[in-house]
Amino acid sequence: MIRVQAERFEPGAELAAFAKGRQDVGGIATFVGLVREDKEHGRVRAMTLEHYPGMTERKLEEIALEANRRWPLLDLLVIHRHGRMEPGEPIVLVAVASSHREDAFAACSFLMDWLKTKAPFWKLEETDEGERWVDARASDDAAAARWQEPGQG
Amino acid sequence: MKVRYFAWLRQRTGCAEEEVSLPAAVRTVGDLMHWLGERHPRFAEACASAGVVRCAVNQDYVSTDAPVAAGDEVAFFPPVTGG
Repeated sequence: MIRVQAERFEPGAELAAFAKGRQDVGGIATFVGLVREDKEHGRVRAMTLEHYPGMTERKLEEIALEANRRWPLLDLLVIHRHGRMEPGEPIVLVAVASSHREDAFAACSFLMDWLKTKAPFWKLEETDEGERWVDARASDDAAAARWQEPGQG
Repeated sequence: MKVRYFAWLRQRTGCAEEEVSLPAAVRTVGDLMHWLGERHPRFAEACASAGVVRCAVNQDYVSTDAPVAAGDEVAFFPPVTGG
């Protein structure tokens, strides 16, 4: 399931609901991304995530389809927030259920790497020194590129 | 055609979205960027920095040589920073 929402979510409750009643699942790998009180450009007081409604959901669905194509997954959950949030609040949750841990770990890592480079979100930080749009990082592109399959451009 | 701007491109153009009627000479994303740059000088400045402006046509990423047509939804934005 893919959810893009402004509302805060509680990772523990989401994970409990995701796992509830599943007797076929051998393991669930999860990633929770939080707003970080970064101090590199002045202390971050809050962050606002802008997104492209419609395209965001579409890209996340595509990324989820690709994960399902590559690994034998039993279920997956992606929740990504938009709007304003403060340090410590969750931004994103990815949970992947599979029979075996290797597939769950790999798919979870893949989903985050592709989400960071393909889902149309933009972070605006409110810091002590003013507002600042977060720059894309070359390390994120490198992380996404490692999942490239032979023959892909 | 609907043109949308996101993040700091929205702030620089002072516009989240606009309806435009394309002259016949505008056939590709690159042509459109040049044409929009004449309306929004600060958009032209951003486009001059190679690799900074990304584009989607009808919600799919495209490169500057992709075709555009009346009725398309075209979006311009900086590299994404979600997650």
